[in-house]
Amino acid sequence: MKITKEQVEHVASLARLNLSEEEKERFTREMEDIIAFADKLNELDTEGVMPTAHVIPIQNVFREDVIKPSFDREKILQNAPAKEDGCFKVPKIVE
Amino acid sequence: MALYALTLHELKNALRQKQVSSEEITRSVLERVAQVEDKVQGYITLLEEEAIRQAKAVDNKIAAGEKLSDIAGIPMVLKDNICTEDILTTCASKMLYNFKPPYNATVAAKLAKQDAVLLGKANMDEFAMGSSTENSYFKKTKNPYDITLVPGGSSGGSAAVVAADEAVYALGSDTGGSIRQPAAFCGVVGMKPTYGAVSRYGLVAFASSLDQIGPFTKDVADCALVLNAICGYDKMDSTSANIVYPDYTKALTDNIKGLKIGVPKEYIGEGISESVKNAVLKSLETFKSLGAEYEEFSLPLNDYALSAYYLISSAEASSNLARYDGVKYGYKAEKFNDLLDLYMQTRSEGFGTEVKRRIMLGTYALSSGYYDAYYKKAQQVRTLIKQSFDKAFEKYDVIITPTTPTTAFKLDEKSSDPLEMYLADICTVSVNIAGLPALVMPCGLDDGGLPIGLQIIGKGFDEQMILRTAYSFEQHTAHNKNRPNL
Amino acid sequence: MSYETVIGIEVHTELSTNTKIFCDCTTKFGGEENTHCCPICTGMPGVLPVLNKKVVDYAIKAGLATNCNITPFGKQDRKNYFYPDLPKAYQVSQYDLPICQNGYIDIEVEGEKKRIGITRIHIEEDAGKLMHDEWGMGSLVDYNRCGVPLIEIVTEPDMRSPEEAKAFLEALKAILQYIDVSDCKMQEGSLRCDVNLSIRPIGQEEFGTRTEMKNINSFKAAVRAMEYEAKRQADLIASGEKVQQETRRWDDVKGIGYAMRSKEEAHDYRYFPEPDLVPIVIDEAWIKDIRKTLPELPNARKQRYISEYKLPEYDAEVLTSSRTLAEFFDACIAQGAQAKTVSNWLMGDLMRILNDKEMEPEEIPFPAQYIAKLLSLIEKGTISGSIAKKVLDTMFVENKDPEQIVKEKGLVQISDASQLTQIVQRVLDNNPKSVEDYKSGKKQAVGFLVGQVMKQTKGKANPQMVNQLLQQMLSEI
Ligand SMILES: [Mg+2]
Ligand SMILES: [Zn+2]
Repeated sequence: MKITKEQVEHVASLARLNLSEEEKERFTREMEDIIAFADKLNELDTEGVMPTAHVIPIQNVFREDVIKPSFDREKILQNAPAKEDGCFKVPKIVE
Repeated sequence: MALYALTLHELKNALRQKQVSSEEITRSVLERVAQVEDKVQGYITLLEEEAIRQAKAVDNKIAAGEKLSDIAGIPMVLKDNICTEDILTTCASKMLYNFKPPYNATVAAKLAKQDAVLLGKANMDEFAMGSSTENSYFKKTKNPYDITLVPGGSSGGSAAVVAADEAVYALGSDTGGSIRQPAAFCGVVGMKPTYGAVSRYGLVAFASSLDQIGPFTKDVADCALVLNAICGYDKMDSTSANIVYPDYTKALTDNIKGLKIGVPKEYIGEGISESVKNAVLKSLETFKSLGAEYEEFSLPLNDYALSAYYLISSAEASSNLARYDGVKYGYKAEKFNDLLDLYMQTRSEGFGTEVKRRIMLGTYALSSGYYDAYYKKAQQVRTLIKQSFDKAFEKYDVIITPTTPTTAFKLDEKSSDPLEMYLADICTVSVNIAGLPALVMPCGLDDGGLPIGLQIIGKGFDEQMILRTAYSFEQHTAHNKNRPNL
Repeated sequence: MSYETVIGIEVHTELSTNTKIFCDCTTKFGGEENTHCCPICTGMPGVLPVLNKKVVDYAIKAGLATNCNITPFGKQDRKNYFYPDLPKAYQVSQYDLPICQNGYIDIEVEGEKKRIGITRIHIEEDAGKLMHDEWGMGSLVDYNRCGVPLIEIVTEPDMRSPEEAKAFLEALKAILQYIDVSDCKMQEGSLRCDVNLSIRPIGQEEFGTRTEMKNINSFKAAVRAMEYEAKRQADLIASGEKVQQETRRWDDVKGIGYAMRSKEEAHDYRYFPEPDLVPIVIDEAWIKDIRKTLPELPNARKQRYISEYKLPEYDAEVLTSSRTLAEFFDACIAQGAQAKTVSNWLMGDLMRILNDKEMEPEEIPFPAQYIAKLLSLIEKGTISGSIAKKVLDTMFVENKDPEQIVKEKGLVQISDASQLTQIVQRVLDNNPKSVEDYKSGKKQAVGFLVGQVMKQTKGKANPQMVNQLLQQMLSEI
């Protein structure tokens, strides 16, 4: 599969990454190599094979609906780069 | 011999017999750190005062006649992607350069409860992505056997500090070989337990369906002791196995008569260096002399495992790492115009190149139109790989392979070619894809005096069989006695 | 050309569990910002989710109440997108294996019955809340709501008018309240709907291009938004333009809809199975257990009211459309009140106040017993019907037992014959003109005289007795 610079730009925007021109070129090249390598999988016939999301057969793991104390707000906010009035602060959001 | 050079089980006994105190042990290890850390560069955070304080507390417990755990009072290190409450946990990333978690990972809490002495946090590849620990934002850890070489990765710091006697044992995490490959490069014992055996709660996620925490130790008996301390069901982790966990030290019997060993021929063929191949073949003869049988068989899907691994792990990583955006914790870009710009700038400045590369690959593999061809396909191949292991284990008790195609390579040797670097994981990724346990232990030195690692893979939740195999080997060889000259 | 409107709806409802979907934090509404939070619901590095079993129970219950099939093997998936109210930058939701599939709800519009298909019901987590700070310099994020469990109910495009859509929403809300999985408080955002709407020439098989209107938080607003949008689309087509597939926002205050800034190209949610959560396997025994907890549902209750209490279909429909109203009705009946009388009271006076105050029945501040008591006060003759209306008004304000209100305000009805005779006599003496009118055949003058008696007694006079006394005493003049 050929990877184009436009694809790299699209994927970068999905991933919220700002790539420099140099990075764009580099990733275009490298991703093409890696994807070519990944395309090797097409040699395998997987028709009708169930995909495995979990390797161990665990199911129905639940929590009981019992309230426990939440954390102190200071603890929740202790790493916030910007906070105000007990909240995380972000740039003004315009709809 | 200096205290810092002893094993966990030796120190445990010495402590029991009141020949030494925890404080003496801890000070000895800290002195060792002071001597060699300049060369090794294995720590991101060193907690000298706290460690001494913890050691004294343990000594008080001993004086009071309290019953203590097997690991009480012994200093150890955690990889810096295991959350420690109010102690810096950076994942070796600029993105989390200042992050102090408000909570403890389950393993951290378990070790603390058993009075382990936490010396510090070990260096790693950023967000555990890499095979050389060169992707750390902070420093490049060196291989204690030759400081011009890499220690392996991503848990390179954990492996190096144990090899250099800067900690008695360490915990790392293994997503595609990140414990086993550095263990092999640094000549220590490293183990990736079965997926689900050790709680992942508090392990900063790289690839959730593959990540597993495990120990680095100086010998196999120590590995069993640390497994006892960290394995177990955790209700905070939905993927934790709710089973009865054995006392792993019971597996240390030195009896492997009749053990059936399978050797996948794909692992000792092309691309594997002669010295590694020879050391593994020689080890197999040792097993034979101890009463085990081995035969070659085929695991043909190994060629595909690496592709499947990079697709699955990158896809999961692209989602797991989306939360780092400069709002809740960690690095925040200084200049930005609006919210979108804050996200873009923070993520572009905060992540290193390898992390960005994987986020790009993973985002691509999940994106509309490519999901079926890449992500789903990889998950299907995962099913096939798992089935091929299941089939092999109908016949064999353990599977033995090399750990790495070569011994440790030079710093900067592969960092410019990602695909080349990825190939360093060729012998280890299948084990993660199938969720199996595997242990790596030293099995010789190459011509340059560098350690070679032997990989022993077991059935799911059959860590005992692996430990039994490894322990016998260790009892009849002396590879674990090799120490680097620092 | 005449067009028909095609409407499909997605409803998000917060479930009334004690704790959040993946952690032990409370779901209680309100509270200081970021105080109902822990590392899990704020998406700290390293945390893992564990599913609240009640969430699955409630989803199954909602599925059974809407005639869905319950999926035997379900899973959860990640929906990836960046927004500050979503701390992990993905929402744990369900993609291809939702808990419930292929159900329906029967509705009735202007006497016509109709079946609306339910495509699916899935579980997911709510997001946090964004607020703008005082000085307009930035936005603030509160994660108290983050991780509150939701079910998302998706319909087939089966509705053909805003009225049908409204009937569907009301029927759905009633069901959810009956089965006690959600309080459906729209003003607290615990029920919100997205509307997909398109139009097509009548008779045409294929659908037109649809638009999506997001986060409408009242049924009235939904109806207005749908009417506006249907007209907008028709106008577009009439002027030779095309409808754009887009997400739109409804401004209910201004009464207009507008397209949201199209960052839409970036909407690629990259769903994939959530690796931190394991499959949900629901067997027959589990379904059976939940089925046992299902109460009588609105339609069944309506039929029972018609057959058991001989209520008109309209009354039965209105009363059962809200679980609260139906419970008020039942409480009064249990006190021995007459069905039609109760119905008239609830549908008349009670609904009038609700309409005036723009309140939902669920927001009534007092319990059903108070209405029952009020009716029995009328029944016993302690108060008159008109005083009862005042007492009811007071109940809304003071949330007190009606007996207490009557006692405190001295509203007990005057039924003492001699006392009333004196008052009537006084009124007759003071209003000779009206008496004359009456005598000269203007029978309506009696109404004025009754009013005067009531005024004198501040409405407390027993109206039947006043009438009787006036007739009698006038005839004696
Ligand atoms: Mg939704
Ligand atoms: Zn929480």
